[in-house]
Amino acid sequence: MLIGNPNTGKSTLFNALAGLRQRVGNFPGVTVEKKLGRMSHEGQTLSLVDLPGTYSLAPRSPDEMVAVDVLLGRRDDVPPPDVVVCIVDASNLERNLYLVSQVLELGLPTVIALNMVDVAGSHGVVVDVQRLSRQLGAPVVPLVASRRRGVAELKAAVAAAIDTRVAPPPSPFPVEFRREVDQLEAALAARRQNGGALPRYLVERLLLDTGGYLEDLVLANGAGDLSARLHDARGRLEQAGCAVPAVEAVSRYGWVSQVVDGTIRRTADRSATFSDRLDRVLTHWFSGTLAFAVMMLAVFSLIFWAADWPMTWIDEGVGALGGWVEGALPAGALRSLLVDGVIAGVGAVVIFLPQILILFCFIAILEDCGYMARAAFLMDRLMSRVGLSGKSFIPLLSSFACAVPGIMATRVIENRRDRLTTILVAPLMSCSARLPVYVILIAAFIPDRSYFFGLLGLRGLTMFAMYLLGVVTAVLVALVLKKTLLRGGTPPFVMELPGYKWPSIRMVLHRMLDRGWAFLRRAGTLIFAVSIVVWAAAYYPRNEAAVEAPFIAQRERLESRLDDSDVSPSQREAYEAELADVENRIASEYQKQSFLGRAGRSIEPAVRPLGWDWRIGCAAIASFPAREVVMSVLGVIYNLGEVDVGDEQGQGNLRERLKAATWDDTGRPVYNIPVALSIMVFFALCAQCAATLAVIKRETNSWAWPVFTFTYMTGLAYLGALVTYQVGMRLMG
Amino acid sequence: MSTLADLSIGRTARVKNVGGSDEISVRLLEMGLTPGVEVTMLGAAPLGDPLEFEVRGYRLSVRRGEAARVEIVDPNVAS
Repeated sequence: MLIGNPNTGKSTLFNALAGLRQRVGNFPGVTVEKKLGRMSHEGQTLSLVDLPGTYSLAPRSPDEMVAVDVLLGRRDDVPPPDVVVCIVDASNLERNLYLVSQVLELGLPTVIALNMVDVAGSHGVVVDVQRLSRQLGAPVVPLVASRRRGVAELKAAVAAAIDTRVAPPPSPFPVEFRREVDQLEAALAARRQNGGALPRYLVERLLLDTGGYLEDLVLANGAGDLSARLHDARGRLEQAGCAVPAVEAVSRYGWVSQVVDGTIRRTADRSATFSDRLDRVLTHWFSGTLAFAVMMLAVFSLIFWAADWPMTWIDEGVGALGGWVEGALPAGALRSLLVDGVIAGVGAVVIFLPQILILFCFIAILEDCGYMARAAFLMDRLMSRVGLSGKSFIPLLSSFACAVPGIMATRVIENRRDRLTTILVAPLMSCSARLPVYVILIAAFIPDRSYFFGLLGLRGLTMFAMYLLGVVTAVLVALVLKKTLLRGGTPPFVMELPGYKWPSIRMVLHRMLDRGWAFLRRAGTLIFAVSIVVWAAAYYPRNEAAVEAPFIAQRERLESRLDDSDVSPSQREAYEAELADVENRIASEYQKQSFLGRAGRSIEPAVRPLGWDWRIGCAAIASFPAREVVMSVLGVIYNLGEVDVGDEQGQGNLRERLKAATWDDTGRPVYNIPVALSIMVFFALCAQCAATLAVIKRETNSWAWPVFTFTYMTGLAYLGALVTYQVGMRLMG
Repeated sequence: MSTLADLSIGRTARVKNVGGSDEISVRLLEMGLTPGVEVTMLGAAPLGDPLEFEVRGYRLSVRRGEAARVEIVDPNVAS
């Protein structure tokens, strides 16, 4: 079992021990990740469990309780640990030893992994390992995990520690406290109703944790007058000068000081290291903010531009695959299912992969080198106005590129309510998939006017307005959530600012690939399923005879004319264009008849107030798996065949068609500025991305939240589009 | 009664007491802000909040409101 403070290189150590043999899962009922691995030492294989980084083993929530339960062997899904490896940062020993003090009290065989001795060395700190080991009563192995130094010795120490008997160390607590714990333990044992006695560690915690979480848990198992007892005990302790909860910190840190005395030697004065000087610059109000702005701009732009080339590459690959399948199979349902359903649908998700990889690469680099904490520090003030904390900033910013990695990045937020709020508003940040929608509609319908001597273009402003809309809505929603469902004070922002260091390439790559693979696997399975369903709705029912009948004569005429060899090139071109047109109209007729088409037409009354006709409604439904698909679908419906949105020509034609489109019944043009705006507003606010919802489900471990997100966002989108259209029509007539 | 929120940049003080017994206070204690420990104020974020301190050999960032719970004794002032 691996435990330690955050920022101690625990993940690096885990990778060094387990290599590629790891699995990530979830503990049921909580959002904590279960990370398992296997490590081998001299022929033996040991299984390794990685617990989340924590500063203390005080369970105040179900998530924190999991770590404690796992260590105490009280969980059914994880066997009780044979050895606990506690990783500590040598350059930061005092605070790290607080956790060690708690871990040692559990009475399990423990090995201390003293990591980052190189960093400590550069700060002029030398640790007397032998003496530390004596003081702690446990083996101490110095390491530099990022360079794989000391890992073999650690494995040996762990193997040696299995099956050893360990005497719990002398308790750091004062006598009065220990007496109260004894009394409490006796009282609980006497009233034991469910068999299993409560471990002493938890009895201690009952007394210490004034928040009451553990108390409620134990009361649920029937312990009668527990609350009264605790209240009395605490009162007595306060009288004796050992007020709870301070007594724990005071006692433990008192112990820490004793241990550290003589064990740490400072060879150099702790003068300003490079790390310090860098920090002065980066947290200074002016230079820090400037550096921050530049950094954010760089990350953001790079995601857009650098992802472009591999994305096009994947897109073409997917297209080629589709083309190959199309050529290889006879026309019919199976071919269509594969090409238009599976390949197109899953392809639309896979195309996100380069963005995800790049984004996570950056995040991993920034996190590893220590900059992330500074960014949170700088943005905290703004964030707390909205009821969040600085740690939400990076995930929300990432969501501008793609909400999927942004939501995955919320793991750094410890507070559950905070994290949930961030996850729920992240999809409102206009992600890159909305871009094609904005681009086409703006180019088609927003006039190319500019103000201020050409500096402020109306089109650019509209685009900016759409992004701004997302941000403003997110702020409002966050505020509302904080006041209603996720009520609770602004969480504490007590955060460590770790020292700067060079990011380890291995670590960055590993994290990048790990997340990328997780994305592909999890979102991909859901997308696959959804694509098939949407395809089926768009394909069936397929009454070939009825649909093609009116066109058969025309098609045969054209085909026979084309077979005729003495036809001039220009005439041939004209015939081919006409034939293509016929095929497209057939495709569009099929669409109209399909379930999807019928659904679109049946909701037409609902979307009319938005200024939409059935085709737009249909496209909105069909683009549920991935937003960009809406343009392709519109293309098909408007008789163009598949409009590849990356293709300039395709865009141009769709633009013309949209301008020319008219209502079926009245013949008035469908599209005008208010309609275009209402479509854009809808897409800015709606939750149409199955990949995002899939990630939300994974990160919150429940179906309720993705459903909630979908409902509230679609509701907002509908309202927004409605208001936009109605107001727009009044203003522009 | 001066608190950590009042400490000016570059000054060092000793912690006297941490008020309150809720989650925030416990957090502050767990992170090492116990009575008797030395704390140095390093700086503040652009809008004046949060604040950055050095304690027990590492850097900690705390909001002004949270820092106000920590009473300090100025080592330069005879108590």
